[in-house]
Amino acid sequence: MSGAEWQLVGFSLRMALASLLLILPVGLALAWWLARKNWRGKALVETLISLPLVLPPVVTGLVLLQLFGRRGPVGSWLHSTFNCDVVFTWRAVVIALAAMSLPLFVRAARTAFEEVDVKFEQLARTLGAGEWRVFFTITLPLARRGVLAGTLLAFARALGEFGATIMVAGNIPGRTTTLPVAIYQAVENGEDAHAWTLAGVSAVIAFAAVFISEKLLRRHK
Amino acid sequence: MTDAILTANFRKQFPGGPEIVAEDLRIGGGITVLFGASGSGKTTVLRCLAGLEIPNAGEIKFGNEVWFQKIENILLPPQQRNIGFVPQDYALFPHLTVAGNVGYGLNELPAAERVARVAESLRWLGLDGLEHRLPRELSGGQQQRVALARAVVRRPKLLLLDEPLAALDTPTRLRLRGELRQLLRQLGIPTILVTHDRFEALALGDDVVVLHDGHNVQQGAVPEVFSRPVNLAVAEITAVETILSGHILETRDGLVTVAVGDARLTALAADLPAGACEVCVCIRAEDVILMRADTVQSSPRNRLAATVRSLAREGPLVRVSLDCGFPLTALLTQSACEELRLHEGASMVALVKAPQVHLIPFAR
Repeated sequence: MSGAEWQLVGFSLRMALASLLLILPVGLALAWWLARKNWRGKALVETLISLPLVLPPVVTGLVLLQLFGRRGPVGSWLHSTFNCDVVFTWRAVVIALAAMSLPLFVRAARTAFEEVDVKFEQLARTLGAGEWRVFFTITLPLARRGVLAGTLLAFARALGEFGATIMVAGNIPGRTTTLPVAIYQAVENGEDAHAWTLAGVSAVIAFAAVFISEKLLRRHK
Repeated sequence: MTDAILTANFRKQFPGGPEIVAEDLRIGGGITVLFGASGSGKTTVLRCLAGLEIPNAGEIKFGNEVWFQKIENILLPPQQRNIGFVPQDYALFPHLTVAGNVGYGLNELPAAERVARVAESLRWLGLDGLEHRLPRELSGGQQQRVALARAVVRRPKLLLLDEPLAALDTPTRLRLRGELRQLLRQLGIPTILVTHDRFEALALGDDVVVLHDGHNVQQGAVPEVFSRPVNLAVAEITAVETILSGHILETRDGLVTVAVGDARLTALAADLPAGACEVCVCIRAEDVILMRADTVQSSPRNRLAATVRSLAREGPLVRVSLDCGFPLTALLTQSACEELRLHEGASMVALVKAPQVHLIPFAR
Protein backbone atom coordinates (compact mmCIF):
# COMPACT_ATOMS: atom_id res chain seq x y z
CA MET A 1 0.00 0.00 0.00
CA SER A 2 1.19 3.48 -0.84
CA GLY A 3 1.60 6.35 1.61
CA ALA A 4 -1.47 8.06 0.15
CA GLU A 5 -3.50 4.90 0.67
CA TRP A 6 -2.39 4.66 4.32
CA GLN A 7 -3.27 8.29 4.78
CA LEU A 8 -6.73 7.65 3.34
CA VAL A 9 -7.31 4.68 5.67
CA GLY A 10 -6.10 6.72 8.63
CA PHE A 11 -8.42 9.59 7.75
CA SER A 12 -11.42 7.25 7.39
CA LEU A 13 -10.69 5.61 10.73
CA ARG A 14 -10.37 9.01 12.43
CA MET A 15 -13.67 10.17 10.94
CA ALA A 16 -15.42 6.99 12.05
CA LEU A 17 -14.02 7.34 15.57
CA ALA A 18 -15.05 10.99 15.74
CA SER A 19 -18.57 10.06 14.69
CA LEU A 20 -18.61 7.48 17.49
CA LEU A 21 -17.71 10.18 20.03
CA LEU A 22 -20.66 12.15 18.71
CA ILE A 23 -23.21 9.32 18.85
CA LEU A 24 -22.13 7.73 22.14
CA PRO A 25 -23.65 10.31 24.54
CA VAL A 26 -26.66 11.03 22.31
CA GLY A 27 -27.22 7.35 21.50
CA LEU A 28 -26.89 6.15 25.11
CA ALA A 29 -29.37 8.76 26.29
CA LEU A 30 -31.83 7.93 23.50
CA ALA A 31 -31.48 4.18 24.03
CA TRP A 32 -32.08 4.58 27.77
CA TRP A 33 -35.12 6.76 27.22
CA LEU A 34 -36.56 4.28 24.75
CA ALA A 35 -35.81 1.26 26.95
CA ARG A 36 -36.89 2.62 30.31
CA LYS A 37 -39.50 5.29 29.83
CA ASN A 38 -42.87 5.68 28.19
CA TRP A 39 -43.69 9.06 26.81
CA ARG A 40 -45.93 10.68 24.28
CA GLY A 41 -44.41 10.67 20.84
CA LYS A 42 -42.07 7.77 21.65
CA ALA A 43 -43.17 5.88 18.55
CA LEU A 44 -42.47 8.93 16.41
CA VAL A 45 -38.96 9.35 17.79
CA GLU A 46 -38.31 5.63 17.34
CA THR A 47 -39.30 5.87 13.69
CA LEU A 48 -37.27 9.01 13.08
CA ILE A 49 -34.13 7.45 14.56
CA SER A 50 -34.50 4.32 12.47
CA LEU A 51 -35.33 6.16 9.27
CA PRO A 52 -31.71 6.42 8.01
CA LEU A 53 -31.60 2.60 8.03
CA VAL A 54 -34.20 2.34 5.27
CA LEU A 55 -34.06 5.70 3.54
CA PRO A 56 -31.67 5.93 0.58
CA PRO A 57 -28.47 7.31 2.14
CA VAL A 58 -28.38 10.10 -0.43
CA VAL A 59 -31.75 11.29 0.91
CA THR A 60 -30.34 11.44 4.43
CA GLY A 61 -27.41 13.32 2.91
CA LEU A 62 -29.73 15.70 1.17
CA VAL A 63 -31.59 16.45 4.42
CA LEU A 64 -28.27 17.04 6.20
CA LEU A 65 -27.14 19.30 3.35
CA GLN A 66 -30.28 21.39 3.80
CA LEU A 67 -29.87 21.54 7.59
CA PHE A 68 -26.16 22.29 7.71
CA GLY A 69 -25.77 24.36 4.54
CA ARG A 70 -24.79 28.02 4.89
CA ARG A 71 -28.48 28.92 4.49
CA GLY A 72 -29.85 25.95 6.46
CA PRO A 73 -31.23 26.48 9.96
CA VAL A 74 -28.36 24.77 11.76
CA GLY A 75 -25.65 25.77 9.29
CA SER A 76 -26.47 29.47 9.35
CA TRP A 77 -26.53 29.48 13.13
CA LEU A 78 -23.16 27.70 13.34
CA HIS A 79 -21.72 30.13 10.81
CA SER A 80 -22.93 33.27 12.56
CA THR A 81 -22.17 32.05 16.11
CA PHE A 82 -18.91 30.14 15.71
CA ASN A 83 -17.89 31.19 12.22
CA CYS A 84 -17.81 27.49 11.56
CA ASP A 85 -18.73 25.95 8.22
CA VAL A 86 -19.82 22.37 7.98
CA VAL A 87 -20.69 21.26 4.48
CA PHE A 88 -17.81 20.03 2.30
CA THR A 89 -15.46 19.90 5.31
CA TRP A 90 -14.36 17.02 7.53
CA ARG A 91 -17.08 18.07 9.99
CA ALA A 92 -19.71 17.17 7.42
CA VAL A 93 -18.09 13.73 7.08
CA VAL A 94 -18.39 13.18 10.84
CA ILE A 95 -22.02 14.34 10.90
CA ALA A 96 -22.97 12.16 7.91
CA LEU A 97 -21.32 9.10 9.45
CA ALA A 98 -22.95 9.79 12.83
CA ALA A 99 -26.43 10.18 11.34
CA MET A 100 -26.07 6.96 9.39
CA SER A 101 -24.70 4.81 12.21
CA LEU A 102 -26.77 6.22 15.09
CA PRO A 103 -29.77 3.93 14.40
CA LEU A 104 -27.63 0.81 14.60
CA PHE A 105 -26.10 1.93 17.87
CA VAL A 106 -29.40 2.98 19.45
CA ARG A 107 -31.05 -0.31 18.50
CA ALA A 108 -28.25 -2.40 19.98
CA ALA A 109 -27.94 -0.31 23.15
CA ARG A 110 -31.69 -0.21 23.66
CA THR A 111 -31.92 -4.00 23.47
CA ALA A 112 -28.99 -4.27 25.86
CA PHE A 113 -30.68 -1.93 28.37
CA GLU A 114 -33.98 -3.75 28.05
CA GLU A 115 -32.22 -6.99 28.93
CA VAL A 116 -31.01 -5.55 32.24
CA ASP A 117 -33.53 -6.59 34.89
CA VAL A 118 -35.00 -3.49 36.52
CA LYS A 119 -34.81 -5.28 39.89
CA PHE A 120 -31.10 -4.42 40.09
CA GLU A 121 -31.82 -0.74 39.42
CA GLN A 122 -34.63 -0.74 41.97
CA LEU A 123 -32.42 -2.33 44.57
CA ALA A 124 -29.72 0.26 43.96
CA ARG A 125 -32.32 2.97 44.56
CA THR A 126 -33.27 1.44 47.92
CA LEU A 127 -29.56 1.72 48.77
CA GLY A 128 -29.73 5.46 48.20
CA ALA A 129 -28.32 5.64 44.67
CA GLY A 130 -29.60 8.49 42.48
CA GLU A 131 -30.52 7.98 38.82
CA TRP A 132 -27.10 8.91 37.43
CA ARG A 133 -25.34 6.57 39.80
CA VAL A 134 -27.81 3.78 39.01
CA PHE A 135 -27.11 4.26 35.29
CA PHE A 136 -23.33 4.35 35.51
CA THR A 137 -22.84 1.68 38.19
CA ILE A 138 -25.66 -0.76 37.42
CA THR A 139 -27.41 -0.34 34.05
CA LEU A 140 -24.40 0.46 31.88
CA PRO A 141 -22.03 -2.16 33.35
CA LEU A 142 -24.72 -4.86 33.07
CA ALA A 143 -25.47 -3.84 29.46
CA ARG A 144 -21.80 -3.37 28.53
CA ARG A 145 -21.53 -6.25 26.06
CA GLY A 146 -24.56 -5.16 24.07
CA VAL A 147 -23.45 -1.53 24.13
CA LEU A 148 -19.94 -2.47 23.01
CA ALA A 149 -21.31 -4.68 20.24
CA GLY A 150 -23.50 -1.79 19.11
CA THR A 151 -20.50 0.55 19.15
CA LEU A 152 -18.52 -1.80 16.90
CA LEU A 153 -21.44 -2.19 14.50
CA ALA A 154 -21.86 1.57 14.33
CA PHE A 155 -18.11 1.93 13.72
CA ALA A 156 -18.21 -0.61 10.88
CA ARG A 157 -21.26 1.09 9.40
CA ALA A 158 -19.54 4.47 9.56
CA LEU A 159 -16.48 3.16 7.73
CA GLY A 160 -18.66 1.92 4.88
CA GLU A 161 -20.83 5.01 4.52
CA PHE A 162 -20.99 6.43 1.01
CA GLY A 163 -24.26 8.09 -0.05
CA ALA A 164 -24.78 10.61 2.73
CA THR A 165 -21.07 11.46 2.90
CA ILE A 166 -20.79 12.33 -0.76
CA MET A 167 -23.88 14.53 -0.54
CA VAL A 168 -22.78 16.72 2.40
CA ALA A 169 -19.00 16.39 2.28
CA GLY A 170 -18.35 15.80 -1.37
CA ASN A 171 -15.13 14.25 -2.63
CA ILE A 172 -12.20 16.56 -1.86
CA PRO A 173 -9.03 14.41 -1.85
CA GLY A 174 -7.16 14.69 1.44
CA ARG A 175 -9.96 16.71 3.04
CA THR A 176 -13.26 14.85 2.81
CA THR A 177 -12.59 11.73 0.76
CA THR A 178 -13.28 8.54 2.74
CA LEU A 179 -12.54 4.92 1.79
CA PRO A 180 -15.81 4.11 -0.01
CA VAL A 181 -15.75 7.39 -1.92
CA ALA A 182 -12.13 6.75 -2.93
CA ILE A 183 -13.05 3.25 -4.12
CA TYR A 184 -15.83 4.67 -6.26
CA GLN A 185 -13.44 7.29 -7.64
CA ALA A 186 -10.78 4.67 -8.39
CA VAL A 187 -13.23 2.55 -10.36
CA GLU A 188 -14.39 5.64 -12.24
CA ASN A 189 -10.78 6.38 -13.15
CA GLY A 190 -10.14 2.78 -14.19
CA GLU A 191 -7.58 2.22 -11.38
CA ASP A 192 -8.78 -1.30 -10.61
CA ALA A 193 -5.76 -2.38 -8.54
CA HIS A 194 -6.08 0.70 -6.33
CA ALA A 195 -9.80 0.05 -5.90
CA TRP A 196 -9.19 -3.58 -4.90
CA THR A 197 -6.52 -2.67 -2.37
CA LEU A 198 -8.90 -0.24 -0.66
CA ALA A 199 -11.76 -2.75 -0.88
CA GLY A 200 -9.55 -5.33 0.84
CA VAL A 201 -8.72 -2.94 3.68
CA SER A 202 -12.44 -2.12 4.12
CA ALA A 203 -13.33 -5.80 4.17
CA VAL A 204 -10.69 -6.62 6.82
CA ILE A 205 -11.81 -3.82 9.16
CA ALA A 206 -15.52 -4.58 8.66
CA PHE A 207 -14.94 -8.29 9.19
CA ALA A 208 -13.05 -7.70 12.43
CA ALA A 209 -15.69 -5.30 13.80
CA VAL A 210 -18.66 -7.54 13.01
CA PHE A 211 -16.82 -10.66 14.17
CA ILE A 212 -16.00 -9.18 17.60
CA SER A 213 -19.47 -7.68 17.88
CA GLU A 214 -21.13 -11.05 17.19
CA LYS A 215 -18.84 -12.69 19.70
CA LEU A 216 -19.79 -10.16 22.38
CA LEU A 217 -23.49 -10.63 21.70
CA ARG A 218 -23.24 -14.40 21.81
CA ARG A 219 -21.40 -14.44 25.14
CA HIS A 220 -24.00 -12.03 26.39
CA LYS A 221 -26.69 -14.71 26.05
CA MET B 1 -48.41 -5.11 69.35
CA THR B 2 -45.98 -2.32 70.25
CA ASP B 3 -46.78 1.24 69.22
CA ALA B 4 -47.06 1.58 65.49
CA ILE B 5 -44.04 3.19 63.81
CA LEU B 6 -45.47 2.83 60.33
CA THR B 7 -49.08 3.39 59.40
CA ALA B 8 -50.50 2.95 55.96
CA ASN B 9 -53.79 3.17 54.18
CA PHE B 10 -53.54 2.69 50.46
CA ARG B 11 -54.85 1.09 47.34
CA LYS B 12 -52.79 -0.28 44.47
CA GLN B 13 -54.06 -1.69 41.23
CA PHE B 14 -51.97 -2.75 38.27
CA PRO B 15 -53.69 -2.37 34.91
CA GLY B 16 -55.90 -5.41 34.52
CA GLY B 17 -54.83 -6.82 37.89
CA PRO B 18 -56.68 -7.26 41.15
CA GLU B 19 -56.93 -4.38 43.59
CA ILE B 20 -54.60 -4.56 46.59
CA VAL B 21 -55.89 -2.70 49.62
CA ALA B 22 -53.92 -2.02 52.79
CA GLU B 23 -56.43 -0.66 55.23
CA ASP B 24 -55.30 0.82 58.54
CA LEU B 25 -52.04 -1.11 58.35
CA ARG B 26 -50.08 -0.60 61.56
CA ILE B 27 -46.54 -1.88 61.83
CA GLY B 28 -44.82 -2.09 65.23
CA GLY B 29 -41.16 -1.86 66.11
CA GLY B 30 -40.43 -5.58 66.16
CA ILE B 31 -40.63 -8.15 63.40
CA THR B 32 -43.91 -7.99 61.53
CA VAL B 33 -44.84 -10.80 59.18
CA LEU B 34 -46.96 -10.05 56.13
CA PHE B 35 -48.60 -13.40 55.78
CA GLY B 36 -50.86 -14.79 53.09
CA ALA B 37 -51.17 -17.22 50.22
CA SER B 38 -49.42 -16.47 46.94
CA GLY B 39 -51.38 -13.88 45.01
CA SER B 40 -52.74 -12.29 48.16
CA GLY B 41 -50.82 -9.08 47.51
CA LYS B 42 -48.06 -9.36 50.13
CA THR B 43 -45.23 -8.45 47.79
CA THR B 44 -47.16 -5.52 46.31
CA VAL B 45 -47.76 -4.11 49.79
CA LEU B 46 -44.06 -4.51 50.63
CA ARG B 47 -42.97 -2.85 47.38
CA CYS B 48 -45.34 0.06 47.99
CA LEU B 49 -43.76 0.52 51.43
CA ALA B 50 -40.31 0.44 49.81
CA GLY B 51 -41.34 3.08 47.29
CA LEU B 52 -40.78 0.75 44.34
CA GLU B 53 -44.46 0.82 43.47
CA ILE B 54 -46.65 3.88 43.69
CA PRO B 55 -50.12 3.31 45.19
CA ASN B 56 -53.10 4.68 43.28
CA ALA B 57 -54.48 6.33 46.40
CA GLY B 58 -53.95 6.67 50.13
CA GLU B 59 -51.00 7.43 52.35
CA ILE B 60 -47.99 5.89 54.04
CA LYS B 61 -46.42 7.42 57.12
CA PHE B 62 -43.27 6.41 58.94
CA GLY B 63 -43.12 8.02 62.34
CA ASN B 64 -43.89 11.64 61.52
CA GLU B 65 -42.42 11.39 58.01
CA VAL B 66 -44.92 11.26 55.18
CA TRP B 67 -43.66 8.77 52.59
CA PHE B 68 -46.66 8.90 50.35
CA GLN B 69 -49.80 10.97 50.26
CA LYS B 70 -51.91 11.00 47.14
CA ILE B 71 -53.95 14.06 48.04
CA GLU B 72 -50.92 16.25 48.81
CA ASN B 73 -49.01 14.71 45.90
CA ILE B 74 -46.19 13.65 48.21
CA LEU B 75 -43.97 10.78 47.10
CA LEU B 76 -40.70 10.12 48.87
CA PRO B 77 -38.51 8.11 46.47
CA PRO B 78 -36.91 4.89 47.77
CA GLN B 79 -33.54 6.71 47.94
CA GLN B 80 -34.85 8.93 50.72
CA ARG B 81 -36.76 6.38 52.78
CA ASN B 82 -33.64 4.98 54.43
CA ILE B 83 -34.79 1.39 54.19
CA GLY B 84 -33.06 -1.93 53.71
CA PHE B 85 -34.75 -4.07 51.08
CA VAL B 86 -34.12 -7.75 50.40
CA PRO B 87 -36.16 -9.08 47.46
CA GLN B 88 -37.09 -12.73 47.13
CA ASP B 89 -34.28 -13.56 44.70
CA TYR B 90 -31.87 -11.20 46.55
CA ALA B 91 -30.99 -9.29 43.34
CA LEU B 92 -27.29 -9.28 44.17
CA PHE B 93 -25.50 -7.16 41.59
CA PRO B 94 -23.97 -9.86 39.38
CA HIS B 95 -21.05 -7.70 38.22
CA LEU B 96 -19.91 -6.71 41.71
CA THR B 97 -18.06 -8.76 44.30
CA VAL B 98 -19.48 -9.49 47.74
CA ALA B 99 -17.62 -6.47 49.11
CA GLY B 100 -18.84 -4.35 46.18
CA ASN B 101 -22.41 -5.42 46.78
CA VAL B 102 -22.36 -4.86 50.52
CA GLY B 103 -20.54 -1.53 50.22
CA TYR B 104 -22.71 -0.21 47.37
CA GLY B 105 -24.90 1.91 49.61
CA LEU B 106 -21.97 3.36 51.56
CA ASN B 107 -20.46 5.34 48.68
CA GLU B 108 -20.74 8.62 50.54
CA LEU B 109 -18.51 7.44 53.39
CA PRO B 110 -14.73 7.86 53.28
CA ALA B 111 -13.10 4.76 51.77
CA ALA B 112 -11.51 3.63 55.04
CA GLU B 113 -14.76 3.78 56.95
CA ARG B 114 -16.58 2.03 54.13
CA VAL B 115 -14.12 -0.83 54.16
CA ALA B 116 -14.40 -1.11 57.93
CA ARG B 117 -18.20 -1.16 57.88
CA VAL B 118 -18.31 -3.78 55.13
CA ALA B 119 -15.81 -5.97 56.97
CA GLU B 120 -17.76 -5.60 60.20
CA SER B 121 -21.04 -6.68 58.67
CA LEU B 122 -19.43 -9.57 56.78
CA ARG B 123 -17.85 -10.79 59.99
CA TRP B 124 -21.14 -10.49 61.80
CA LEU B 125 -22.84 -12.68 59.21
CA GLY B 126 -19.99 -15.19 59.01
CA LEU B 127 -19.06 -14.17 55.49
CA ASP B 128 -15.45 -13.11 56.05
CA GLY B 129 -13.09 -14.44 53.43
CA LEU B 130 -15.74 -14.17 50.71
CA GLU B 131 -15.14 -10.45 50.00
CA HIS B 132 -13.79 -11.01 46.50
CA ARG B 133 -16.25 -13.64 45.34
CA LEU B 134 -18.90 -12.86 42.75
CA PRO B 135 -22.52 -13.63 43.65
CA ARG B 136 -22.67 -16.60 41.27
CA GLU B 137 -19.81 -18.21 43.19
CA LEU B 138 -21.82 -18.31 46.42
CA SER B 139 -24.27 -20.85 47.82
CA GLY B 140 -27.91 -19.90 48.27
CA GLY B 141 -27.49 -19.40 51.99
CA GLN B 142 -24.43 -17.20 51.49
CA GLN B 143 -26.27 -15.13 48.87
CA GLN B 144 -29.09 -14.59 51.32
CA ARG B 145 -26.70 -13.35 53.97
CA VAL B 146 -24.89 -11.06 51.51
CA ALA B 147 -28.26 -9.56 50.57
CA LEU B 148 -29.03 -9.07 54.25
CA ALA B 149 -25.61 -7.54 54.88
CA ARG B 150 -26.08 -5.13 51.95
CA ALA B 151 -29.47 -4.09 53.32
CA VAL B 152 -28.41 -3.56 56.94
CA VAL B 153 -24.92 -2.11 56.51
CA ARG B 154 -26.46 1.33 55.97
CA ARG B 155 -28.24 1.01 59.32
CA PRO B 156 -31.70 1.59 57.85
CA LYS B 157 -34.72 2.67 59.86
CA LEU B 158 -36.80 -0.15 58.45
CA LEU B 159 -35.91 -3.52 57.00
CA LEU B 160 -38.12 -5.07 54.32
CA LEU B 161 -37.63 -8.76 53.50
CA ASP B 162 -39.58 -10.51 50.75
CA GLU B 163 -39.74 -14.28 51.34
CA PRO B 164 -36.15 -14.25 52.63
CA LEU B 165 -35.96 -18.04 52.82
CA ALA B 166 -38.08 -19.11 49.85
CA ALA B 167 -35.21 -19.34 47.38
CA LEU B 168 -33.35 -21.88 49.53
CA ASP B 169 -33.51 -25.68 49.56
CA THR B 170 -35.42 -27.21 52.46
CA PRO B 171 -32.56 -28.21 54.83
CA THR B 172 -30.90 -24.80 54.41
CA ARG B 173 -34.21 -23.05 54.90
CA LEU B 174 -34.88 -24.82 58.18
CA ARG B 175 -31.38 -24.08 59.44
CA LEU B 176 -31.50 -20.41 58.44
CA ARG B 177 -34.98 -19.87 59.86
CA GLY B 178 -33.67 -19.95 63.41
CA GLU B 179 -30.52 -18.11 62.45
CA LEU B 180 -32.45 -15.32 60.75
CA ARG B 181 -34.61 -14.73 63.78
CA GLN B 182 -31.51 -14.38 65.93
CA LEU B 183 -29.88 -12.00 63.47
CA LEU B 184 -32.98 -9.83 63.25
CA ARG B 185 -33.24 -9.79 67.04
CA GLN B 186 -29.61 -8.68 67.38
CA LEU B 187 -30.14 -5.92 64.82
CA GLY B 188 -33.15 -4.49 66.56
CA ILE B 189 -34.23 -2.75 63.35
CA PRO B 190 -38.00 -2.74 62.79
CA THR B 191 -38.57 -5.40 60.18
CA ILE B 192 -41.38 -6.32 57.82
CA LEU B 193 -41.08 -9.80 56.41
CA VAL B 194 -43.25 -11.37 53.72
CA THR B 195 -43.96 -15.08 53.84
CA HIS B 196 -46.56 -17.62 52.75
CA ASP B 197 -45.18 -20.25 55.12
CA ARG B 198 -47.05 -20.34 58.42
CA PHE B 199 -44.15 -22.00 60.23
CA GLU B 200 -41.91 -19.19 59.08
CA ALA B 201 -44.50 -16.71 60.28
CA LEU B 202 -44.69 -18.43 63.66
CA ALA B 203 -40.94 -18.74 63.99
CA LEU B 204 -39.94 -15.26 62.85
CA GLY B 205 -42.74 -12.88 63.66
CA ASP B 206 -43.68 -10.83 66.68
CA ASP B 207 -46.69 -9.44 64.92
CA VAL B 208 -48.49 -10.67 61.87
CA VAL B 209 -50.64 -9.04 59.22
CA VAL B 210 -52.76 -11.56 57.34
CA LEU B 211 -53.52 -10.76 53.72
CA HIS B 212 -56.29 -12.44 51.82
CA ASP B 213 -57.46 -11.62 48.30
CA GLY B 214 -55.59 -8.34 48.33
CA HIS B 215 -56.88 -7.15 51.69
CA ASN B 216 -55.26 -7.15 55.09
CA VAL B 217 -57.90 -9.04 57.03
CA GLN B 218 -56.31 -9.34 60.46
CA GLN B 219 -53.32 -7.96 62.32
CA GLY B 220 -51.97 -8.48 65.79
CA ALA B 221 -49.47 -10.47 67.82
CA VAL B 222 -48.58 -13.77 66.13
CA PRO B 223 -50.00 -16.14 68.79
CA GLU B 224 -53.14 -14.05 69.00
CA VAL B 225 -53.84 -14.13 65.26
CA PHE B 226 -52.88 -17.76 64.79
CA SER B 227 -55.02 -19.00 67.63
CA ARG B 228 -57.85 -16.55 67.14
CA PRO B 229 -58.46 -16.04 63.45
CA VAL B 230 -61.22 -13.47 62.93
CA ASN B 231 -62.85 -15.27 60.06
CA LEU B 232 -62.86 -18.42 58.03
CA ALA B 233 -60.48 -17.05 55.43
CA VAL B 234 -57.84 -16.29 58.07
CA ALA B 235 -58.40 -19.68 59.69
CA GLU B 236 -57.83 -21.35 56.34
CA ILE B 237 -54.62 -19.45 55.52
CA THR B 238 -53.23 -19.84 59.00
CA ALA B 239 -53.99 -23.50 58.27
CA VAL B 240 -55.92 -24.42 61.36
CA GLU B 241 -56.30 -28.15 60.81
CA THR B 242 -59.78 -28.65 62.13
CA ILE B 243 -62.51 -26.32 60.96
CA LEU B 244 -66.04 -27.47 61.74
CA SER B 245 -69.44 -25.91 61.64
CA GLY B 246 -71.23 -25.83 64.95
CA HIS B 247 -74.34 -24.58 66.60
CA ILE B 248 -74.43 -22.66 69.89
CA LEU B 249 -76.49 -24.43 72.50
CA GLU B 250 -76.02 -22.23 75.55
CA THR B 251 -73.88 -19.46 76.99
CA ARG B 252 -73.28 -19.39 80.72
CA ASP B 253 -70.60 -18.05 83.08
CA GLY B 254 -68.47 -16.96 80.16
CA LEU B 255 -68.50 -20.41 78.63
CA VAL B 256 -70.26 -21.51 75.48
CA THR B 257 -71.49 -24.97 74.70
CA VAL B 258 -71.39 -25.78 71.02
CA ALA B 259 -72.91 -28.74 69.29
CA VAL B 260 -70.77 -30.25 66.57
CA GLY B 261 -72.67 -33.17 65.17
CA ASP B 262 -73.54 -35.25 68.21
CA ALA B 263 -70.58 -34.02 70.22
CA ARG B 264 -70.55 -31.09 72.65
CA LEU B 265 -67.64 -28.73 72.96
CA THR B 266 -66.98 -26.04 75.53
CA ALA B 267 -65.38 -22.79 74.51
CA LEU B 268 -64.91 -19.29 75.94
CA ALA B 269 -67.64 -16.82 75.17
CA ALA B 270 -65.26 -13.88 75.41
CA ASP B 271 -65.00 -12.75 71.83
CA LEU B 272 -68.23 -14.16 70.50
CA PRO B 273 -70.76 -11.48 69.66
CA ALA B 274 -74.07 -11.76 71.44
CA GLY B 275 -76.76 -13.47 69.46
CA ALA B 276 -74.36 -15.56 67.39
CA CYS B 277 -75.90 -18.89 66.66
CA GLU B 278 -74.11 -20.69 63.85
CA VAL B 279 -70.35 -20.72 64.30
CA CYS B 280 -67.18 -22.05 62.81
CA VAL B 281 -65.19 -24.12 65.28
CA CYS B 282 -61.41 -23.99 64.86
CA ILE B 283 -59.02 -26.30 66.66
CA ARG B 284 -55.30 -26.37 65.96
CA ALA B 285 -53.72 -29.81 65.78
CA GLU B 286 -51.00 -28.78 68.27
CA ASP B 287 -53.68 -28.10 70.86
CA VAL B 288 -55.21 -31.57 70.80
CA ILE B 289 -53.97 -33.85 73.59
CA LEU B 290 -54.40 -37.59 73.22
CA MET B 291 -54.69 -40.03 76.12
CA ARG B 292 -55.45 -43.69 76.38
CA ALA B 293 -59.15 -44.38 76.86
CA ASP B 294 -58.54 -46.02 80.25
CA THR B 295 -56.83 -42.97 81.79
CA VAL B 296 -58.90 -41.34 84.47
CA GLN B 297 -59.10 -37.64 83.86
CA SER B 298 -61.31 -34.97 85.30
CA SER B 299 -60.71 -31.37 84.39
CA PRO B 300 -62.77 -28.72 82.68
CA ARG B 301 -61.55 -29.88 79.33
CA ASN B 302 -63.39 -31.09 76.36
CA ARG B 303 -63.12 -34.82 76.65
CA LEU B 304 -63.94 -36.65 73.46
CA ALA B 305 -64.00 -40.34 72.69
CA ALA B 306 -61.91 -40.72 69.56
CA THR B 307 -60.99 -43.47 67.17
CA VAL B 308 -57.69 -43.25 65.30
CA ARG B 309 -58.39 -43.19 61.57
CA SER B 310 -54.89 -42.76 60.19
CA LEU B 311 -51.35 -41.76 61.10
CA ALA B 312 -49.08 -39.74 58.84
CA ARG B 313 -45.46 -38.95 59.60
CA GLU B 314 -44.34 -35.37 59.07
CA GLY B 315 -40.69 -35.15 59.96
CA PRO B 316 -40.37 -35.51 63.73
CA LEU B 317 -44.12 -35.23 64.14
CA VAL B 318 -47.06 -37.50 63.43
CA ARG B 319 -50.34 -36.16 62.14
CA VAL B 320 -53.14 -38.20 63.67
CA SER B 321 -56.56 -38.15 62.05
CA LEU B 322 -59.28 -38.91 64.58
CA ASP B 323 -62.97 -39.57 64.46
CA CYS B 324 -64.81 -38.06 67.44
CA GLY B 325 -68.17 -37.99 65.75
CA PHE B 326 -66.52 -35.30 63.65
CA PRO B 327 -63.05 -35.33 62.08
CA LEU B 328 -60.30 -33.94 64.33
CA THR B 329 -56.59 -33.69 63.65
CA ALA B 330 -53.89 -33.95 66.30
CA LEU B 331 -50.13 -33.39 65.97
CA LEU B 332 -47.91 -35.53 68.20
CA THR B 333 -44.25 -36.35 68.47
CA GLN B 334 -43.06 -39.81 67.40
CA SER B 335 -42.23 -40.77 70.97
CA ALA B 336 -45.65 -39.73 72.23
CA CYS B 337 -47.23 -41.95 69.58
CA GLU B 338 -45.11 -44.88 70.70
CA GLU B 339 -45.92 -44.32 74.37
CA LEU B 340 -49.61 -44.25 73.57
CA ARG B 341 -49.20 -47.28 71.32
CA LEU B 342 -51.22 -45.52 68.67
CA HIS B 343 -52.40 -47.56 65.72
CA GLU B 344 -55.23 -47.30 63.28
CA GLY B 345 -58.51 -48.22 64.90
CA ALA B 346 -57.28 -47.57 68.46
CA SER B 347 -59.78 -46.01 70.85
CA MET B 348 -58.44 -42.93 72.59
CA VAL B 349 -59.57 -39.87 74.45
CA ALA B 350 -58.92 -36.48 72.86
CA LEU B 351 -58.66 -33.47 75.16
CA VAL B 352 -58.93 -29.83 74.11
CA LYS B 353 -58.88 -26.96 76.58
CA ALA B 354 -61.82 -24.61 76.30
CA PRO B 355 -59.68 -21.52 75.43
CA GLN B 356 -58.22 -23.46 72.51
CA VAL B 357 -61.58 -24.06 70.92
CA HIS B 358 -61.91 -20.94 68.86
CA LEU B 359 -65.28 -19.87 67.58
CA ILE B 360 -65.85 -17.64 64.56
CA PRO B 361 -69.39 -16.47 63.99
CA PHE B 362 -70.61 -17.14 60.47
CA ALA B 363 -70.70 -13.97 58.51
CA ARG B 364 -74.23 -13.16 57.44
